[in-house]
Amino acid sequence: MGTITEIKDYMPEHPFFKGLDPDLIEFLAGCARNVHFKEGEILFREGDKADTFYVIRKGRVAIQVHNPAGGGMIFDTADAGDVVGWTWLVPPYKWVFDASASEETSAVAFDGECLRGKCEADPAVGYALMNRVMLVMYDRLQAARMRLLDLYGTVGS
Amino acid sequence: MTSTVSRSGAVAADPMVPRTFTLLSTHADTRDTFTLELEPTDGVRLEFRAGQFTMLSAFGIGEVPISISGSPIEDGPLIHTIRSVGGVSNAIVTSAPGTQLGVRGPFGTSWDVTDAKGGDVVIITGGIGLAPLRPAILELLAERDQYNRVVLLYGARTPEDILFGDEMRKWADRLGMTVEVTVDNGPHGWKGRVGFVTQLISRASFDPAQTIALVCGPEVMMRASANELRQRGVPAGKIRLSMERNMKCGIGLCGHCQLREHFICADGPILTYEVLAPLMQKWEL
Repeated sequence: MGTITEIKDYMPEHPFFKGLDPDLIEFLAGCARNVHFKEGEILFREGDKADTFYVIRKGRVAIQVHNPAGGGMIFDTADAGDVVGWTWLVPPYKWVFDASASEETSAVAFDGECLRGKCEADPAVGYALMNRVMLVMYDRLQAARMRLLDLYGTVGS
Repeated sequence: MTSTVSRSGAVAADPMVPRTFTLLSTHADTRDTFTLELEPTDGVRLEFRAGQFTMLSAFGIGEVPISISGSPIEDGPLIHTIRSVGGVSNAIVTSAPGTQLGVRGPFGTSWDVTDAKGGDVVIITGGIGLAPLRPAILELLAERDQYNRVVLLYGARTPEDILFGDEMRKWADRLGMTVEVTVDNGPHGWKGRVGFVTQLISRASFDPAQTIALVCGPEVMMRASANELRQRGVPAGKIRLSMERNMKCGIGLCGHCQLREHFICADGPILTYEVLAPLMQKWEL
């Protein structure tokens, strides 16, 4: 497990935290720990308590849904520089999808309850964090909309 | 007819009369996409520039515009990669070796990668859009040392729909190209990336001020890619898109492929985003 110092040194390099006030980064680092997953290892499963926010440092995470007819479908992946999970922000705080490591993966895992507590205690922290999360959600929503169009499957494309 | 010849680069005596080519072989790339090798019956190689297309016909059935996917700088058969989506394209891809097909052209503008020398080249493509870019990629890789970073960002519907997969691995492993592939949906166990191709642009390594971008795919995808490139700081004049319209004559006469003042068959198919941006956002065009 990495130390808080290692984590707070790394955090400003990650795109999610880039440009964030160093004091705020230090403040948030108090909720974080380093985690590692072997290939195929599960990060979380649908229905489990959503209590973690993952900042991917290395590797790849597949976000998928179990489909009894087809054995599962991966609808998104997160690589180094990405983040996984915003369900820790949304009641009832339960994962709605599965996530597993597609390859050896390292991440910084933030305790969701701890982060929520800091956001509640200081709205400025909450606003800064929500801005970052919103950008991630916006990017994923746009990409999901594009994929919904099934552009490569359309005749004439 | 002289102006037509200079605009398209075609050398045929009469661009409306097809030359006959013999189908040598057909290779299934994916479940609906096939690469055909064709040999001219008169023995005269069809000279073309990367990005140009021909009007390919199955005699008695019809004619369709198809981009050339072979190398413009190496000898060999004329190569077309075709997605079977309709009566004519299906007739072409199911033709038996030895069948004679009609070829008019080549027509249209080219990717013209030579002015990217010394700088970076970013290629963004999706689906069968990789086929019209393959000649440009082969041209770039033949003179790899003349360019700085060469990046290919490719999106496909599923892993089974990935075109030229083995070749992309070769380009990455042996020829110094950065290749990033993503699919819209991945089956359980897929180890690659899942997401839309535009998501690869923000993390790709290139110098926006020294970059030529080549983009080919469905128009919505090209527009989104061009906007993402603009956000990264690539000038609109350095973003080249390959447009698709209802090409018929191939020489800018019939007007079927008109996009306001442009005839896509002759002024295009490759145009800069500087020219296309105001046109692509108009529903009526």
